[in-house]
Amino acid sequence: MSTAGTDLDALTAALRAAIGADRVISDRQQLRTYECDGLAQYKVVPALVALPADAAQCAAVVRACVAADTPFVARGSGTGLSGGALPHADGVLIVTSQMREILEVAPSDERAVVQPGVINLAVSRAAAPHGWYYAPDPSSQQICSIGGNVAENSGGAHCLKYGFTTNHVTGVELVTPDGDRVRLGGRAPDAPGYDLLGAFVGSEGTLGIATEVTVRLTRLPESVRTLLAAFESTDQAGAATSAIIAAGVVPAAVEMMDALAISAAEEAVHCGYPAGAGAVLIVELDGPEPEVAAQFDQVVRLCRDNRAFEIRIAADDAERALFWKGRKSAFAAVGRISPDYIVQDGVIPRTALPEVLRRIGELSAERGIRVANVFHAGDGNLHPLVLFDAAVDGQTERAEEVSGAILDLCVSHGGSITGEHGVGMDKAKYMPRMFTDDDLDTMQLLRCAFDPAGLANPGKVFPTPRLCGEVPGRRKGVHPAQEAGLAEVF
Amino acid sequence: MPTDAILDRLRAATRETTTDGRDPGDSEWVRPAGEHDAISGVPARYVATPRDTAAAATLLQAAAALDLAVTVRGAATKQSWGSPPRRLDLILDTTALAGVVEHAAGDLITVVRAGTRLDELAATLAGARQQLALDAPLPGGTVGGAVATNASGPRRMLYGTVRDLIIGVTLVRADGVVAHAGGKVVKNVAGYDLAKLVTGAYGTLGLITECAFRLHPLPTSVAYVTRRTGDPAEAGRLAGTVRAAQLVPAALEVDAPAGGGAAVTVLLEGTAAGVAARVEATCRLLGGDATAADEPPDGWGRYPWRDGDIGLKLTAALSGVPRLLADARAAADRAGLALDLRGSAGVGVLYAGLPGTADPERVAGLVDALRTASAAVAGHAVVLTAPPPVRDRIDLWGPVGGLALMRRVKERFDPDARLAPGRFVGGI
Repeated sequence: MSTAGTDLDALTAALRAAIGADRVISDRQQLRTYECDGLAQYKVVPALVALPADAAQCAAVVRACVAADTPFVARGSGTGLSGGALPHADGVLIVTSQMREILEVAPSDERAVVQPGVINLAVSRAAAPHGWYYAPDPSSQQICSIGGNVAENSGGAHCLKYGFTTNHVTGVELVTPDGDRVRLGGRAPDAPGYDLLGAFVGSEGTLGIATEVTVRLTRLPESVRTLLAAFESTDQAGAATSAIIAAGVVPAAVEMMDALAISAAEEAVHCGYPAGAGAVLIVELDGPEPEVAAQFDQVVRLCRDNRAFEIRIAADDAERALFWKGRKSAFAAVGRISPDYIVQDGVIPRTALPEVLRRIGELSAERGIRVANVFHAGDGNLHPLVLFDAAVDGQTERAEEVSGAILDLCVSHGGSITGEHGVGMDKAKYMPRMFTDDDLDTMQLLRCAFDPAGLANPGKVFPTPRLCGEVPGRRKGVHPAQEAGLAEVF
Repeated sequence: MPTDAILDRLRAATRETTTDGRDPGDSEWVRPAGEHDAISGVPARYVATPRDTAAAATLLQAAAALDLAVTVRGAATKQSWGSPPRRLDLILDTTALAGVVEHAAGDLITVVRAGTRLDELAATLAGARQQLALDAPLPGGTVGGAVATNASGPRRMLYGTVRDLIIGVTLVRADGVVAHAGGKVVKNVAGYDLAKLVTGAYGTLGLITECAFRLHPLPTSVAYVTRRTGDPAEAGRLAGTVRAAQLVPAALEVDAPAGGGAAVTVLLEGTAAGVAARVEATCRLLGGDATAADEPPDGWGRYPWRDGDIGLKLTAALSGVPRLLADARAAADRAGLALDLRGSAGVGVLYAGLPGTADPERVAGLVDALRTASAAVAGHAVVLTAPPPVRDRIDLWGPVGGLALMRRVKERFDPDARLAPGRFVGGI
């Protein structure tokens, strides 16, 4: 890898020549703006920042990095919560936020084609007049970019029913770590060949940079009904969730908050949740009017059967927004009740919820660290908020211990160390708790195929890099003429 | 090495891993190939039938050491798909690698071994009123076969395809190393999604031994609404009006047999009251002679070809479906060939069948025309299966985007090209 000094000067000159001086940042003060993403506890000032205007410029930047043997990191809006877009000190940060055009909204194809810097919510806004929307809705959807969503395979509150980014992206154009421009998938389904698109989405910037994304649009539902149910305990709310799922209902969303999360939200946004609740559930159903009507009554009954002491049914969009306001503000809201906090992201099988929450409670008591729980209860995706005060001696360490122990708890119940925030820089060290060396080595075979030089977002996802080397073996499989694209096997 | 010595080596290598009491020298376990043990006409030398991942791993390690070319076989329902392997020594038969490892009904997931038959899995899951929402166009197929060929059917419109339902995978690599990716929870973004990578890879990247899937509840009520029409393009346009409405069908199919006429069928799933109301709305929307039924129409979810025929998959951007139906019919008429068209108009996938006896030259011309027609609507035309005289005459796959990257992936996973060599795109 190259370092500072004359090499950097040469690279700066090369980038300026390739994309224009006004698109390259080398001033130390300006570079500081980009020192972290949404996970602000890690900070690294990049050597350079490049702001390409289009795919051709993005490819030119990558090719310049390859020529200089310099690592590069892609960044969208910088809202990621795992340090996936944390810069490399000797590398180039490639910011895609200047590529922000919605190229086409095609309701008749149920597709939209957008540049990577387009904001998630902007896609739905553009499609709404036609009666369609873009389903993945991460909490940061007002500011996060589609390119970042593709890199992280972002989820959201409604993925229980609608799935994640990977289920809604049908094509990308990407710049490979070699600087080539390649199209995978497109407007039609099932492109022939390996599903490299499926492997690319969620690869956290390690397999290349998306420069154009074709997304699936979903019909705006005819009917949406939302209720807020208050319970004395999370066990009761969990039992209600299980009963809803067991009844064969697939809600658009089932969200849960515990008492501490509720009180934080109350303090921050005055959402007016029922007083004295040990847990609240937000359940949303959507779809054709007659289906929603039939199932909504069933959900209300199941909440009552599981001892909900108050059930509110949103009468209109304004009331629905109020229900969601408390939930969507929960992360930021804990800032009101704690000077510092860690947002954790883990997944458990839904049925393990009572046991895992009990154990989180014990961990919290043992270490004297408060934990507020917010989760996508329908799919077992937990977001424990670990509260601490960095000014108090030892609290930071204890909070990190609790946070790490929660991930162990998820893995020991057959879950995952991340449901939607990604591995990034933050969780690379936890990967061996979930995967064997052979598992990780096998994943890195894919990385080596895309990025043999290891320049694309190094140090992320995997705890230790794999030295790719030359492809081993006798290589007798493919005829050289065929390999060179001169002949096809019929 | 003489044949018997290789057989001995394979048996010796697997001896230590058999934990199920079977004698590894058992002729069922690793045996010389019989006369039916061929893949697309290429004869094998040996057949191995491992019962678990560990045994399969040992076998593949031994195969690597002996430089044996390996092709995986499940129930062999789609064995005629793709090109014949360039080289074949060992058939790895997965039919004993079967059974449901786990069905966590409360979590709506299952973990199954790859050799499990889809219909047997369906029967197990139905006990909990659940389903793996994956239609099997060819009855009797295995889970592993469906994943390896990315097979799907009508209900992909609502539930997606294998890639949308698979949440974890256990693989044995060409070098015998066992690897897992994904997990047992639906929401999980830790590590690369290798389950998607091996979906539709025709067994060229590794042996799939176990898969984890998300499940769905079985609907309490289903209904099929069918509307007949004179020509295929009109059926395509009717499908478009259904997509634009608020009916949320589980499937939206067209059927346009070579003999003429066409039909569009809408599958509605849900609650009894909800389905009844949506059936009424669908009949009103489609007009004409639209009728509702509890049972699917003839041929529902089956490919429009028989064993030994030529079968193609055509794809299109959704707005291009009526045009593709019209162009495909016109091209077949020009070629004087009887083309049956059937498929998922609601997602832009059509299957096309031609008699296996059709003249290869004329078929080649028609395949070119279908490829042009598909490309005009942003899609592809892939020949899934064809008898040898036709197969030898045509390019099965057509243009493949990202082929250079795909070759690099193959080289990393199987550097000696021993897994189903030549069966996949671009000679991979």
